[in-house]
Amino acid sequence: MTLQESGAPQRDWDKRNESVTRSGSVRGMRAIANLITKTLVITEVEVRKLLHDPTDLLLRAVQPALWLLIFGQVFTRIRAIPTGSLSYIDFLAPGILAQSVLFVAIFSAISIVWERDLGIVHKFLASPTPRAALVLGKALSAGVRSLVQVVIVYLISFLLGVQLNFNPLALLGVVLIVLLGAACFSLLSLMVACLVRTRERLMGMGQLMTMPLFFASNAIYPIAMMPNWLQAVSHLNPLTYQVDALRSLMIAGGSSIYGLGLDFMVLGITATLMTLVCARLYPRLVL
Amino acid sequence: MGVTEQTNRQQNWEDQPPLQSDRPIIIQTQMLGRSFDQVIAVDALNLSVEAGEIFGLLGPNGAGKSTAIKMLTTLLPPTSGRATIAGFDLIRQSTQVRRMVGYVPQALSADGTLTGYENLLIFAKLYDIPRRSLKLRITEALEFMGLQDASHRLVRTYSGGMIRRLEIAQSILHQPPVVFLDEPTVGLDPIARSAVWDLMLELKKAYSMTILLTTHFMEEADSLCDRVAIMDHGRVVVTGTPAALKDSLNSESLNGKSLNGAAATLDDVFIHYTGNLLEAGGNFSDTSRVRRTTKRLG
Repeated sequence: MTLQESGAPQRDWDKRNESVTRSGSVRGMRAIANLITKTLVITEVEVRKLLHDPTDLLLRAVQPALWLLIFGQVFTRIRAIPTGSLSYIDFLAPGILAQSVLFVAIFSAISIVWERDLGIVHKFLASPTPRAALVLGKALSAGVRSLVQVVIVYLISFLLGVQLNFNPLALLGVVLIVLLGAACFSLLSLMVACLVRTRERLMGMGQLMTMPLFFASNAIYPIAMMPNWLQAVSHLNPLTYQVDALRSLMIAGGSSIYGLGLDFMVLGITATLMTLVCARLYPRLVL
Repeated sequence: MGVTEQTNRQQNWEDQPPLQSDRPIIIQTQMLGRSFDQVIAVDALNLSVEAGEIFGLLGPNGAGKSTAIKMLTTLLPPTSGRATIAGFDLIRQSTQVRRMVGYVPQALSADGTLTGYENLLIFAKLYDIPRRSLKLRITEALEFMGLQDASHRLVRTYSGGMIRRLEIAQSILHQPPVVFLDEPTVGLDPIARSAVWDLMLELKKAYSMTILLTTHFMEEADSLCDRVAIMDHGRVVVTGTPAALKDSLNSESLNGKSLNGAAATLDDVFIHYTGNLLEAGGNFSDTSRVRRTTKRLG
């Protein structure tokens, strides 16, 4: 009845399927290796697209530039915000980096809704790619786009005389925090996309989410200035921990309030949970 | 395509024995069904598709063809029944099933912002084609589809027919024994359409692939399919070879219902089993999807 029983063609995929039947630990290792490889393949799609058409990235450079140049310059002069030992522009630069990452990530699922309206998502879901890899690949894609923002914000900050920390380990830390932050918010975007399912509604939701996430955080002012209820909200906001980590890693003489360990943990756990949720929701996009 | 060329390609790409006379069943569904809330999209589907045949799932829009294909490609979990594909259980062994099937969705599924080569490269990697044979496999697929000259152009510059060919190439890169094509020629002009037909016949001949396609073009079904099943309102109303179905209608017309003397076409069979075509035109989302695809491909 079946192909196997009837002795019909056994080809190389049968060997691939056999590998699945090995012992538990080998299987686990293979599953993880497969997850990583496939995540990178999905990310490769994004990188190739960016290489074909980088205009989007350049357009996205405008917003952080305006924030740093206009908002930053004015508020540095007003000296209205108590930023401790840091000048306001030093305080602001990591916040603006986190903001650009947030903006890139929160709208990242729009392209996924577009791919769903075509048949692209269908074809990816019909392939043997683990769902978690499809989702993580999209998260890492947003991370890659965000790394371009890092370069732009560093460049503008340098020109504005921000006291940047160029220690290689600190730079590596910035890269990791940006990748984690982008993952958190692009997965949030993906989750919302799976629920609202149209581009128009996702645009609206993106606008709706950006403002509270940005203003209920320590991005442009210290949390200590906020009323108590808003402080409580800000402490639940992953962006707060991203900015906190960036402030200690990016700025010479900057320091973390919550500790880098907690910052990494909050972002890491958020990203992991969101991945699990999104991996379950993603196949619903094509129903 | 010349015969020698084909034999050559067959050795490179495929080492499958020739068609057997008693062909095994490669797709088997038992009472497979899917309902959305109160609406039954597919009702108790029983299909047996033999290895190496081109099987057509016909029916008006909204008959449940796409839902059936989505279930068989593991995109949509069935709400009742079971199915096996190439010996693997659709529900319990979905990952293995995914390795066994190729899928060309109805809507445009090649990425317009990548080149043809890149579209193939990504799927070759997702289907674990070994790194050393990656380039060769892609080059062969491009040649088979006649796309080698356009391989480094962005897909958004392709014509509708080229895009369909690329999509079919993507779906067979991993040499699956079964390929599902959902309305493969919708929105194509007559020339591109017959080119896709030739392609499918070649896939069947050269690689012994089993092809299950949905269509509502009876001419397509008649010239391509070894067997067809006509679906209406989620149920298969009749299954058979196009010739047998036409014959049965011819003999039936002798007993009363007249076809005005002409021999029955598959169109007549279709209308006979599904009733008035105008009433079963599919819903708004079906229509908008088909038109959108048509626009993009055209």
